Amino acid sequence: MSGHGIRLSRRRFLQVLAGGAGALVVGIRVAEAADAPLPPAMLGDNLYDLGAYVRIDASGNMLIGARDPDTGSGVATALPRIIADELDADWTRVGVVPLGLGVENDNGKPRWTYGRQLGGVGGSIPAAWNDLRQVGAVARWLLLQAAARRLGVPASRLRCEAGTVIAPDGRRFGYGSLAADAGKIALPSSVPPLKHAADYRLIGQSAGDVDARAIVTGAALYAIDHYYGDALVAVLAHCPWPDGTLARIDTTDTLAVKGVLKVVQLKPEPGQPLGSTVIAPAVAVLAENTWAALQGRAKLKLEWKPGAGSGENSAALEQQATALLAGDALPTSRVRNDGDVEAAGRKAARRLDATYVQPWLAHATAEPMNCLVRLDKDRASLVVPTQAPQQAWAVVQRLTGLAPERIDIRVPRVGGGYGRRLDHDYVAEAVLLAKAAGKPVRLLWTRDEDFGHDYYRAGSVHRISAIIDRKRQLLAWHQRMASASALVHRGVPDDRLWSSELQVDQLPAALVPNYRSDWYALESTLPRGPMRGMPYLSNAFAVESFLDEIAHQMREDPLKTRLRILGEPRALPLSSGGTLDTGRLVNVLKLVADRIEWKNWLRTVNGLGIACWHVDGAYVAHAVEAAMQGETLVIQRVVCAVDVGRVINPLGLQGQVAGATLDALSIALNAAITVKDGQVQQHGYKDYPLASMAQLPNDVEVITVPGDRAPAGASFLAMPTAAPALANAVFRASAVRVRRLPLMKELLRLL
Amino acid sequence: MARVQAQVLSTAQESGVVPEKVRDGIDLMINGERFRHTGDPQMPLLWYLRDVLRLTGTKYGGEAGENGADLVLLDGKAVSAIMQPLARLAGKAVTTVEGLAGNDGSLHPLQQAFIDEDAIGCGYCTPGWLIAGIDLLRRKPQPDDGDIDQLPNLCRCGCQTRVRRAIKRAAAGKVARA
Repeated sequence: MSGHGIRLSRRRFLQVLAGGAGALVVGIRVAEAADAPLPPAMLGDNLYDLGAYVRIDASGNMLIGARDPDTGSGVATALPRIIADELDADWTRVGVVPLGLGVENDNGKPRWTYGRQLGGVGGSIPAAWNDLRQVGAVARWLLLQAAARRLGVPASRLRCEAGTVIAPDGRRFGYGSLAADAGKIALPSSVPPLKHAADYRLIGQSAGDVDARAIVTGAALYAIDHYYGDALVAVLAHCPWPDGTLARIDTTDTLAVKGVLKVVQLKPEPGQPLGSTVIAPAVAVLAENTWAALQGRAKLKLEWKPGAGSGENSAALEQQATALLAGDALPTSRVRNDGDVEAAGRKAARRLDATYVQPWLAHATAEPMNCLVRLDKDRASLVVPTQAPQQAWAVVQRLTGLAPERIDIRVPRVGGGYGRRLDHDYVAEAVLLAKAAGKPVRLLWTRDEDFGHDYYRAGSVHRISAIIDRKRQLLAWHQRMASASALVHRGVPDDRLWSSELQVDQLPAALVPNYRSDWYALESTLPRGPMRGMPYLSNAFAVESFLDEIAHQMREDPLKTRLRILGEPRALPLSSGGTLDTGRLVNVLKLVADRIEWKNWLRTVNGLGIACWHVDGAYVAHAVEAAMQGETLVIQRVVCAVDVGRVINPLGLQGQVAGATLDALSIALNAAITVKDGQVQQHGYKDYPLASMAQLPNDVEVITVPGDRAPAGASFLAMPTAAPALANAVFRASAVRVRRLPLMKELLRLL
Repeated sequence: MARVQAQVLSTAQESGVVPEKVRDGIDLMINGERFRHTGDPQMPLLWYLRDVLRLTGTKYGGEAGENGADLVLLDGKAVSAIMQPLARLAGKAVTTVEGLAGNDGSLHPLQQAFIDEDAIGCGYCTPGWLIAGIDLLRRKPQPDDGDIDQLPNLCRCGCQTRVRRAIKRAAAGKVARA
């Protein structure tokens, strides 16, 4: 065991974890942790408990751990490549292992072995850029030192390339032959210098998904594909009203089904925040296999009693929102207030108003909620499809009382997250059921449960007013939004509930001298929670549609209007801490405009639409070409340009951008959750139709801007602008301005 | 992958051996192997594949197979595995995603095309796309965009444009060597 490691932060150190067995293992450890025994996983037997990031064995094969759950975001490929590049690894000899949750016992409190472990929220790559490169750099430094000692030449005269150290005389030493020696070398006193960008060999080069072969052969195991020998299958019938109760239950027929063993009732635990307990009262059927459990559920005789929310209806909620925004009521929160909107209004040359209505949305993950739990006397073992294993741990810990390290959470590849898997109601359910059954439990949510019991994205009404002066300058902007916050019942103070709904720096904030955004709270009994692209998705649709309306009113090319508002390239400070680089935003706008031949925007028979947005230091623009063929909307072309700073994996980024574009189009075209008498009306894909192949464009042309800034996340970057660019194109093609989503329904109503 | 031992059917009888009694059950072929199901004949193929055989490449999509994640080839045609009670499958041959590659590990051209085009989002619905794509290529070796538009699969990750490219790549024979 070598030294005490290299300090990365107050509590985290890089360390050689093992130098024995002919292998070099480098990981990040936490201060005060006892010297770790050789992690058995790094010997290759148990690949689930690595405790480290890099293992190089004597044959030169390398394992690199991926710490963040991959929900389809590509981080299982990108994160290991960040390490591998700094290490000058031979990518063809790298195997990637999902690390699962890393947790240790710090006097009864959890200590996270790998630091941040969170997927699908856009932060994985920025975080990895900050600490994982150092893992690779240290491993490379150790290998160089080992080679230097063997050759008797200074390490500075050696170089590394694709898994080999090359001596001045041209001799080559595979990393495998150096690994055992490298493991015995004391660590440097500080992190060795990181590579210069000119020396990158993997970063900036395209790589296919590391799991691709396993996926196309059906060998990739998701959580839903995991079994314990004697686990019971549990399926649920949740109460149709989230706040309802079970009035009567008859399980006779259910228990008569061959293979059904038990029926268990579940209830939300009072006082627990949303997302960490059962989502609604439920009855679980536990059986020997899924088929028996499903038949048993079908034979349950249940009578549910509605709760206080049984009067809720989507239409009424929307009317309430519209009335709020039309009246003089003070907002729940004034999110931003630059200059003096009222004074500007008195100088108005022209005033424009528009209202945009957007529906409730469901997550609709491909892999439904599920969880495999085994509870032993002093240990809990779970396989969880989660985006946030540390939050899943907290739920399990609360329900079992086990010591931190006694909870083992594996996170295989996840079949879609979109924010749904930041909540862990299904983990709580599975643990409660395993307790009740005294056996391991494999919980499966059927599709109807998945649609009918979600932490939905609330619908919203946006009302925007703009004041334009005589010189056609945008003088004032007043945006009002009404919605039911996703943060209610989640331990967030009332004066921050707006933060899931509106972004304080969103366009055109910082570009208009008098700018105000107000948020009005609505109440709903439907559970709400994080959703991919929130709050950008709904706001970008309203803002970028409205900018198009302004351009139309001024009889101006909407691209030109945007360029005028963005102005000269400059860095504007944002109240959230970052900056808005208008030059980068203009650049992505111009890139999509050029590609789609925007100069024809007035002449083409098809409609062209454009939109841009910025998200946490990344920039995105979409241009869409659409045509109406009778009552059929044909999306002819879609171009998207993104600027995320340095691109780690161009192919992966293109996939994310094309995917997010199609997701956003699909949602905008068709998707809406509605509630009637307190019950959600959608129970499957038939009621919540994701777009078919035919509805979507044949291609998404992705332009990635090369850059050398630290990389920003891209998991939902391309979502916000797709729908407004489409709606703006539809306006040009059909003269119908769609101010209400889903778009197809509204378009057909207005045509 | 753990796989439950198949009940192998008796082969040609040798003289002197007493023939086995006829046993109840449904005989079917899955990925070239013979299986006999002796449980509930109404059990859908999907749960037989997943819970009994542990062939988990075929995914649960919904109670009516609405998103295409549970497609399998039944005598060469794509069908939803959850809509097929085993009672209907006596004597039939089923191919799941696990059975697409050759015994030597060589990939089906469409599998390779999916890798070449990185036509994968989260990957959960990918097996279903492969089955639907192979069914299409069988019916129409040179499909046009209109044919590809008819695929029944849904995907929230937005892999559709890449899947389209992969199908065209496979149809054109432009597949990298596996």
